[in-house]
Amino acid sequence: MSRDRTLPGLAVATLVLLGVAAAAPGWMVFTLVVSLAQGLVVLGLMVLWRAGLMSFGQSLYYAVGGYTVGLINIQFGLSNALLLVLAAPAVAGLLAFLLGFLLARYRDIFFSMLTLAFAMILYGVLVKSSTLGSTDGFSILTPSFLGPHPGPDATQRLLTGLAALIALLAAALVHRYLKSTAGHLATAIRDNEIRVEYLGYSVHRAIHVKYVLAGILAGAGGAIVAMAIGHIDPEMAYWTTAGEFVFVAILAGAGSVAAPFLGAILFVVLRTYAAQYTPHLWHMVLGGTLLLFIVFLPDGVWSLFERACRPLKRRAPS
Amino acid sequence: MTALLDVRDLHKHFGALAAVAGVSVAVAEREVVGVIGSNGAGKTTFVNMVTGYLPPSRGTITFRGRDITGRPPRQVTGLGIARSFQVPQVFASASVLDNLLVAIGIAEEGRLPIWTPLRRRQRVARALATLESYGIAGYASQPASLLPQGVRKLLDIAMATVRGPELLLLDEPTSGISVGEKFAIMDTIMAALRAQRTTVLFIEHDMEIVDRYAERVIAFADGVIIADGPPQAVIDDPEVRRLVVGERVKVAE
Amino acid sequence: MTTTVAILVDGAVYASWLFLVALGLTLTFGVMKILNIAHGSFYAIGAYAAASAVGAYVQAGLSPAGGYLVMAGAAAIAGVVVGYGLERGLLRFMYGRDAVLVLLVTYAVFLILDDVMLLIWGANPYIAYQPDMLLGTSTVFTLPYPNYDLSLIAVAAVIGSGLWWALSRTRRGKMLLTVIHDREMSTFLGIDVAKVFTVTFTLGAVLGALGGALTAPIISVQPGIGAEVIVLAFAVVVIGGMGSIVGAAVGSLAAGFAHAAAVHLFPQAELFVIYALMSLVLIVRPQGLFGQAQPRKI
Ligand SMILES: Nc1ncnc2c1ncn2[C@@H]1O[C@H](COP(=O)(O)OP(=O)(O)OP(=O)(O)O)[C@@H](O)[C@H]1O
Ligand SMILES: [Mg+2]
Repeated sequence: MSRDRTLPGLAVATLVLLGVAAAAPGWMVFTLVVSLAQGLVVLGLMVLWRAGLMSFGQSLYYAVGGYTVGLINIQFGLSNALLLVLAAPAVAGLLAFLLGFLLARYRDIFFSMLTLAFAMILYGVLVKSSTLGSTDGFSILTPSFLGPHPGPDATQRLLTGLAALIALLAAALVHRYLKSTAGHLATAIRDNEIRVEYLGYSVHRAIHVKYVLAGILAGAGGAIVAMAIGHIDPEMAYWTTAGEFVFVAILAGAGSVAAPFLGAILFVVLRTYAAQYTPHLWHMVLGGTLLLFIVFLPDGVWSLFERACRPLKRRAPS
Repeated sequence: MTALLDVRDLHKHFGALAAVAGVSVAVAEREVVGVIGSNGAGKTTFVNMVTGYLPPSRGTITFRGRDITGRPPRQVTGLGIARSFQVPQVFASASVLDNLLVAIGIAEEGRLPIWTPLRRRQRVARALATLESYGIAGYASQPASLLPQGVRKLLDIAMATVRGPELLLLDEPTSGISVGEKFAIMDTIMAALRAQRTTVLFIEHDMEIVDRYAERVIAFADGVIIADGPPQAVIDDPEVRRLVVGERVKVAE
Repeated sequence: MTTTVAILVDGAVYASWLFLVALGLTLTFGVMKILNIAHGSFYAIGAYAAASAVGAYVQAGLSPAGGYLVMAGAAAIAGVVVGYGLERGLLRFMYGRDAVLVLLVTYAVFLILDDVMLLIWGANPYIAYQPDMLLGTSTVFTLPYPNYDLSLIAVAAVIGSGLWWALSRTRRGKMLLTVIHDREMSTFLGIDVAKVFTVTFTLGAVLGALGGALTAPIISVQPGIGAEVIVLAFAVVVIGGMGSIVGAAVGSLAAGFAHAAAVHLFPQAELFVIYALMSLVLIVRPQGLFGQAQPRKI
């Protein structure tokens, strides 16, 4: 068995990201923080996807994360980034825990479309509630950190650094989870649920746990994006937002906890180029890429990355 | 001696079809029972009900004096009843070792096995030892989807036994295995089970196997038990000959 | 009293619309076990085709009554072209693959068609109100209703019962049902499953396009109209039980009246009442009202 180098790799990547957050130009920092947020959501999707489940409704928890930040802003006047970024996943996780009792009973397309329907329920509620700004949404307070307010540029950089650390923590924990018995149950469930039940474990519970995990991660992503952009609106919950997460998940592949973040960064690159060369055909680029990946590279870009690394490993002394 | 498993008046109807139509049977601790019966006699359906996969239409199932009727498989498994499947149920895309590791992981850990790595060193050792006792350790790193039928059957049985069940129900352990290999495989299985002092009920079509390994034989026909007793007596029973064994089969002495 | 009447009539109209939109989706799923997100695109394409055809027809100054035929014809042609092209050119290579992957493929198609429509019809809304105007209004218990809306009820009833008749009373329809219930048996009987799939998918696309065409006169046809429709149609189909035509009818009625009741009594719930209903149904009956649960045989 080859040594698992995920954790050192993640640590190095985080150092690089912290460097970017500290020194890179503003637009790049902003891009990075949005990618990290998206990567967190997709990390959760990946946990589900390994068990053969694709949520088309992670926008639900993404929006819940964002609106939790907004509501805490309004209700309590609190804007501490650390507090918000903990509260949002907690709320999202709680909701996922409740809905999970229902969703754990469903598989393949039924799971996908039901998750989607729940996202649409939230969308419907948000659009109609004037206290939450209806379709326009509302603005988020500038996040604060311990100590005096450091100014907008430094705030964005601090937030990005925080996001990088959260991403590291999440990736490391999910990595550990994937190596556990419950993590391995993903393949087991995809292969044969009856056997899992006959081994004495509840498939529902296994899926429920994965679903809650995914909800927590999406909530964290939503909170970070809300603070980075400074605004939230019901579009966060709409199913096309969830569709973007699905896109990134397929683009990235489920081979490693680093894949979702790589995928999220590639997504931004793709969007930037598409905006430059085919400004009105963004959906076509998305759809075309998705098709190409499903047909030609079903394990995502991570599998390319792995393939590229393999000869290196072989050369290294064992 | 009280029965380990006590089944009373068990029925299962699929629409108009009565797959099991009033089965009562008691199995004592440490017994090795063979179950015979022609295709569609209701043997698998019987096992499906005892292990909770199908809810009975009528009747009760008692295990160690406790009513377990209608409990789902995972609870029944937890109580000490395990089964193997007529068509092996394994995790096709995982390796043989991982198949067994998942089985052991579930057996060893509690409700939320989310922290301890699956491939702990002691666990791998235990898994390899189990594979060894079933004679399939050589396949450890192969994906289960590529296994020969006999090996797959053994893996299926090995996975069923990791909890050290008190009662093991084997559904045609030698079906799909060549005549030459059958005895060797049954020897392996029975040796492994004897070491664990497991009570065994096995379904089997091959009368030679039944005669060699069972202490007691139950014959099913059309959803009911038509004979129950020592192997030779049941196999020689004229009713059983007519409905199950067929005249042409002669058991080798 | 007026509220009750309003809920009943609005509900029936909305239910008819939902049924027209959901019918193709449930048919495709029933036969092919494919949940087609691009069904939303078929709807939008039908709406665009109808709106632009009616527009051209009206400009040409021809007899206005013929507009209805033009509308339906344009949608049917668009549906056949897109549906047949997709099935032959892409989907047939996906049969047998994981259901979720096929779902993703249809999602990719949905995205691509979004921009294809943008290229063909541009971003400006199309308005084809003439077929609606032409029919005038009637008064139902003091409430004025466009006759066009009321006639949707009849159209839905005709199309629905026509399809039901074709499936359960004709030889070809029975063949289709065999494919639904027992894939192996149908191959055994010498039914050409590949052909059945092509026909089904094309028919589903035509139904989707027709749904869009019939809606075109009462909405403004613009980018994005397919995105919500597909989710609504899915909800309706799930309520009734995936793959069942009777289920789709019952699901549409339930969703239609629930929606109308929400609009008149509890407007905050307007946008999500159907999804809430769907969740409720699923909690009680996971396979939908008319669906059949199928446990695996071991
Ligand atoms: N889930 C089910 N739904 C409908 N009918 C079933 C189901 N399971 C079994 N049957 C029917 O019940 C009858 C008994 O089947 P069962 O599998 O118990 O037979 P068996 O004795 O195990 O036969 P074999 O030796 O072929 O394995 C058969 O007619 C079978 O077709
Ligand atoms: Mg059997």
